[in-house]
Amino acid sequence: MEFRPSTLLRVAAPLRSLAQRFMYVSLIVLSFGLMLVGKIDVVLIDHLRAEVTNVAAPVLAALSRPASSISNGFDKLRALMYLREENARLLEENTKLRQWVYVARRLHTENTTLQSLLHSVADPKPKFVTARIIAGTMGSISNTFVINAGSEDGVGKGQPVLSDKGFVGRIVAVSKNSARILLATDINSRIPVILESTRTRALMVGGNMERPRLIHLPPGAQITSSERIVTSGHGGVFPPGLPVGLVASVNDVSVEVQLFTDYHLIEFVRIADFGVNGFVDLLSLKNKVGGSASKEK
Amino acid sequence: MNTIVWQKVDQKVKETIPFLFTFILVLISIIPIRVPGYTEIAPVFPLISIYHWAIYRPTLLPLWAVFILGILYDLLSGVPLGLYTLVFLSVYGIVVSQRRFIIGKSFLIYWLGYGIIALGAALESWFIASVWYASLLNLQSIFFQYLLSFGIFPIVAWISLRLQQAFFRQEPDAPGQ
Repeated sequence: MEFRPSTLLRVAAPLRSLAQRFMYVSLIVLSFGLMLVGKIDVVLIDHLRAEVTNVAAPVLAALSRPASSISNGFDKLRALMYLREENARLLEENTKLRQWVYVARRLHTENTTLQSLLHSVADPKPKFVTARIIAGTMGSISNTFVINAGSEDGVGKGQPVLSDKGFVGRIVAVSKNSARILLATDINSRIPVILESTRTRALMVGGNMERPRLIHLPPGAQITSSERIVTSGHGGVFPPGLPVGLVASVNDVSVEVQLFTDYHLIEFVRIADFGVNGFVDLLSLKNKVGGSASKEK
Repeated sequence: MNTIVWQKVDQKVKETIPFLFTFILVLISIIPIRVPGYTEIAPVFPLISIYHWAIYRPTLLPLWAVFILGILYDLLSGVPLGLYTLVFLSVYGIVVSQRRFIIGKSFLIYWLGYGIIALGAALESWFIASVWYASLLNLQSIFFQYLLSFGIFPIVAWISLRLQQAFFRQEPDAPGQ
């Protein structure tokens, strides 16, 4: 039997499709609106993002465990394949490091003696929180990691994040039990750095590429490849001297940095609390500006 | 309780399966897998599921569900809010309007259709993000991400088809039948 729509259906179907179309267009407009809101009120969106991530964090943490054991398996396999080479390399490195230990001991004693002579003020000792990476995206659009420690564990906005090898990024959003790290490769990342041997200051900016670049170099600065880069401490956001990376390539257009940290291999990170509170807290700034404005009235 | 009520509850629970499955794919997309080079090109898995349900059962993954999945993906992955919401919505809209070209055809057509749609989605995400950051972003990793998602498609699509056949058998029209 042929299917024949009833009169009601004949009228209702176009209406229904019209409503659907209207809903579709309004949702698209709403998405554009959300993007605009994200451009205007960064704090609000960051807050929303942190809260939603916080809710999903336990699930992500649970899901990331099997993924992690799979990766561990791969790591073990790779390690087995290169066991002999790795052993030779380590022996060689060990000999070199032993020499360095002597140098370091001697310098350490000298340093303490000189410091006590000069009554030098010691840099604050950092407090560390270690956390697991439970989610993360990298690539052309965003470069962030989510960790399973938050404000309850003492993680705060703006704190530097380190791996066993060096600088990873900084905390951009915190909620109760999770926090988001902005990686040094992200397009929003700006880190004041200094070239260790020449003491040339620069700003390291990410570009959503594998390697961040150095900008704002003083004119005529001499930069050689494979020079060490550390944080400079300027601007008061990060403490000075955190190892960042090496100069990977120098040409007329840009100076690229090879980070010490391999983002693909880290599972745990340390969040350092140096007690440096130079990070501009937008919310408190808003309140302050608002407060002073109302006083003037 | 009578059986009709239970049947209704059963039906409602079943109807959330496409949404939940796609949500799990959202989470899987952002889980760190420590394989060198993987994270940059980790595919946007929910796109495959959205493509699947938009073709075979658009009523089970309605427009608002796609919108919510997009918002969740944006918030959890750290990309600008609204970016993948727009990409998901446009993929859903295009696929629903063109589904008659793919429905009932072979798996290869179904796969190729995804290839075209996902390429468009990749370029769209690149374009919106470039406008958002006001700078031309690296297209290379987006392209490799697309290639990987094209390669992985059969696995996710197969699971989606299994889910569909297991829970929504009544209405016929899975490919290759």
